[in-house]
Amino acid sequence: MKRIGVFLCWCGSNIGGVVDIPKVAEAAAKMPNVVYVEENKYTCSEPGQEAIKKAIKEHNLNRVVVGACSPRMHETTFRRTVESVGFNPYMLEIANLREHCSWVHAGNPEKATVKAVDLVRTAVAKVGLNAPLHRSTIPVEKRALVLGGGIAGIQAALDLADSGHDVVLVEKEPTIGGRMAQLDKTFPTLDCSACILTPKMVDLAQHPKITLYSYSEVEKVDGYVGNFDVTIRRKGRSVNEDKCTGCGICYSKCPGKAKNEFDLGLGDRKAIYVPFPQAVPNVPVIDRDVCLYYQKGICKVCEKVCPTGSIEFDKEDELITERFGAIVAATGFQQFQSEAYGEYGYGKYKDVITGLEFERLVNASGPTGGKIKRPSDGEIPKNVVFIKCVGSRDEAKGKAYCSKACCMYTAKHAILLDEKIPGSQAFVFYMDVRTAGKDYEEFYQRATEQHGAQYIRGRVARIYEKGGKLMVVGEDTLLGEKVIVEADMVVLAAAMVARPDAGNVARTLGISYNQDSFFTEAHAKLRPVETNTAGIFLAGACQGPKDIPETVAQASAAAAKAGILLSRDELETDPMTIEVNTDLCSGCLWCKPICPYGAIDAVEIEERVGREMRKRQVAQVNASLCQGCGACTVACRDGAMNLKGYTNEQILAEVEALCL
Amino acid sequence: MGALNLTKANEGKQEMAAAINSAAGTNIFSCYQCGKCSAGCPISYTMDYQPRQIMRLLQLGLGDKALESSTIWLCASCQTCTTRCPREVDIAAVMDALRQKVVDEKRPVKERALLAFHRAFLEAIRTNGRLHEIEMVVRFKLKTGRLLQDLLLGAGMFLNGKLSILPVGIKGKKEIHEMFARAERLEEGSQ
Amino acid sequence: MRYAYYPGCTLHSSAKEYRLSTEAIAERLGIDLAEIPDWNCCGASSAHALNHDLSLALPARNLALAEEMGLDVVAPCAACFNRLAYAQHAVVTDKATAARIGQIAGRPVTGESRVRSLLDVVVSDVGAEALAEAASNKLEGLKVAAYYGCLLVRPPKVVDFDDPEQPTSLDSVIEAVGAEAVDWSHKTECCGAGLAVGRTDIVVKLVGEILAAAKEAGADLVITACPMCQANLDTRQRAAESASSETFNLPILYFTQLIGLAMGVDPRRLSLQSHTVDGWDLLVSKKVI
Repeated sequence: MKRIGVFLCWCGSNIGGVVDIPKVAEAAAKMPNVVYVEENKYTCSEPGQEAIKKAIKEHNLNRVVVGACSPRMHETTFRRTVESVGFNPYMLEIANLREHCSWVHAGNPEKATVKAVDLVRTAVAKVGLNAPLHRSTIPVEKRALVLGGGIAGIQAALDLADSGHDVVLVEKEPTIGGRMAQLDKTFPTLDCSACILTPKMVDLAQHPKITLYSYSEVEKVDGYVGNFDVTIRRKGRSVNEDKCTGCGICYSKCPGKAKNEFDLGLGDRKAIYVPFPQAVPNVPVIDRDVCLYYQKGICKVCEKVCPTGSIEFDKEDELITERFGAIVAATGFQQFQSEAYGEYGYGKYKDVITGLEFERLVNASGPTGGKIKRPSDGEIPKNVVFIKCVGSRDEAKGKAYCSKACCMYTAKHAILLDEKIPGSQAFVFYMDVRTAGKDYEEFYQRATEQHGAQYIRGRVARIYEKGGKLMVVGEDTLLGEKVIVEADMVVLAAAMVARPDAGNVARTLGISYNQDSFFTEAHAKLRPVETNTAGIFLAGACQGPKDIPETVAQASAAAAKAGILLSRDELETDPMTIEVNTDLCSGCLWCKPICPYGAIDAVEIEERVGREMRKRQVAQVNASLCQGCGACTVACRDGAMNLKGYTNEQILAEVEALCL
Repeated sequence: MGALNLTKANEGKQEMAAAINSAAGTNIFSCYQCGKCSAGCPISYTMDYQPRQIMRLLQLGLGDKALESSTIWLCASCQTCTTRCPREVDIAAVMDALRQKVVDEKRPVKERALLAFHRAFLEAIRTNGRLHEIEMVVRFKLKTGRLLQDLLLGAGMFLNGKLSILPVGIKGKKEIHEMFARAERLEEGSQ
Repeated sequence: MRYAYYPGCTLHSSAKEYRLSTEAIAERLGIDLAEIPDWNCCGASSAHALNHDLSLALPARNLALAEEMGLDVVAPCAACFNRLAYAQHAVVTDKATAARIGQIAGRPVTGESRVRSLLDVVVSDVGAEALAEAASNKLEGLKVAAYYGCLLVRPPKVVDFDDPEQPTSLDSVIEAVGAEAVDWSHKTECCGAGLAVGRTDIVVKLVGEILAAAKEAGADLVITACPMCQANLDTRQRAAESASSETFNLPILYFTQLIGLAMGVDPRRLSLQSHTVDGWDLLVSKKVI
């Protein structure tokens, strides 16, 4: 016996000021199965909620319709209200009389009232077919995986570990530190980057709750929130991490040579090497493409000189699988490939370099020992041109966005140039100077006022070589004149772009990414560190260009969000998932590729046909992965897929109530 | 007060901007005034307005100044600006559109000799279907009064067999006449 | 390899060297040039300066004629190539534009004949290897500056040929014939084009800058693929020398003349003698002739 109670809200004057609520109430009372109707000024308030509870008890209601604001506002509220008196929360429907009615038809109260009646009738028809639904729970593995060992990953890992959770950090490179380890000084304080980063790197390595898998990559992620089964490839380092003391004798004796990736090719390294002196772990790795042993079967000097016998040539890649409750993606960025600017001659002229390459020149542990020298001839430059917006704010090069940090790092470079080379002159070609952080504007003013940086507003058209100088041709738009600067060196403020494997990482994790391959957050404003995939969080530049303060803040935020998840012993699952009617399912599995969450699989069932037991294939939905999007219900030709809470029958009932 | 009244300029802005955008197949409002076009323009050193400033005039509704400039006539259509513009604005096409508007609406022309050159060229093609250089040069000299220009050069080229006295016409001259007539009628029709 | 050959107006007058040298080398390179019957002027820069429809209709008539021949178009002149490419691009972009242009041109155009520059055909269809083989008289010791100019490589979306900032096609021709392609800074800098008549001072200045850069890079001569560029760099060279008080003495050749010399073709057949800046003595001293 269906007994529906209808509660109509005035919402102050938000609804009642446009819709004639008493008239709607009158109409509602006549609708099928409606046994009780009540009006209220603010149904979401305590008295309003009490009224619902009272009515349920007094009138023995078994279904409730609330005509009020959008379900996004208060569906959860009202579900909790009815649940508190033992009423199944899924026997409640909301008719949106505000956002869908009074707010958009404020100029037409008569028609708005008619529409309000229709909306209530529709909700009444649907709720008549509602069945009680029950939430279930899934366990939560209280371990976090952090993907990426730059400052974002390090910060997130430390925060998670400090709050008592076990953390595994997987880093692709032989050492953690990321891009921040390559920087010299950081704006706006001009703190030495390594000095503030390395203590955190050491904290991470020594933290009892953090396991560091360096020189490793995530190959596969199965499972779902609270229960991610992750396969990690621990690449063959050729050096035993437990035995190695980091003494460095091996690489001092190694005859092999290659370009040092950490120095962006500006310097060399050996075949066995640590990327930089403060590497964590301080254990070298052998580059098998260069090592004479792996290439030609000779040498093995490192093995001979190693005092602890740590060299293990035969150690191959190892695959391990571990379970995690939450994953934080912190895979970082790379610089824009500036060869795309043929007009700037990057790649052709040795003295045209990128911002990160300049950082390596300025860095005391860099290829020139911290002296700014021209890569072509090692001479000290006098006139240095800095060009901003290279690979950003440039649709023609496929990158429309602003890379956020370049204005500040260019101002920093101009200051460092003046400090390192007395008598030098920085020319900065810019379109805008964006200094939106704390103390940022003051920092930029220092560059021009105290360090003599010459800012010229205009994009550079081209660079060519003449008489050993780089001729930089631009326009000073403030003067309206074409200008030329004879530069000794040019630094391109190349933008932060997604790494080339970003798409693969996203697909492995099962998260979305945008046209620039930055990972997509769940809501641009209100949920910046979560993704649409439950249990996976974002931190740092992999989500979008940002500077260090923002990265650290985001990393801590991601850790907090992941921490909320891990603080639970179990999670409640949404019961509005798909139910497969195996009597109707033909086993075509057309639904499987449609499901964006990978929640559908084939399963074999046994059933009696006549006197035989037969086996056949049908679809099976993993309720923990299913997000209730309903895409499969559309794809299913047999109508075997039905979404609990939004069944085909319920929806048809709504349509009939509205149209017939 | 000597300031440009942008409120007034703004009132007339859309009409001309839309016409130029349509004629040039681009959007002048995409321009963010970076100056890369002007910096790469080989002629900008002698223009009264930089190419970037022409775009600015159009954006503000001061397009009449653009139409009166020497810039649009001095543009050599080298396409460097269009190729390099980060916002993919077709600046060279905007220059074409502005020239055409000046001519269509019979407005005053800042660089009359350059317009005379184009007219001489087109009249020569209309007559013969192919360019008869001497005819073009004669027409140009008569329009501009520059009777003595390049006489030595011309003589030298003639002696080298590089200029013919008699025009070489095509059989399809009538087709060309009709083509010109149709193109010009369409122009008048669109005003 | 057969093509609908579009010489363009200047190849029959002020750029006759380009025509003669093209015809001299075509057969040996396997390029069969079938001249488009009764072709008309492409409109050059003056048509698009004054009338958009006309600027597309004039070249479109030639495309229609080539389509009747069922062949792709090859145009030696960079400006003609550029205008024909614009018309073809407009026609294939949408049917309404194609119909409109065809209606003004008086002939239907489908855009199925591709438009290629002669340089493109030599580099892509003939190829560096075949070119090197045909070059029996290798031009060793000759330093050549490749001058691309503007319309051969810009705008990239329309001409779809080589790189607009660091092109290599003309340089590869130089290397294929055994000469040295100098690396220089003004490969694609504009010479002033059609301003030669109306504002000669601009052309003189730009020519001066281009030739100074070529000279600084050590070039013996400059090659080009555009009659306008050749005319400007050649006929305005002396004026540029006076204006800048520099001496250039740089012969300006068409790339087809360079290929012809490398193939041992009689220099008179290549019409080397009709240039303003005489390259004869230089070429003799470099043992090219």
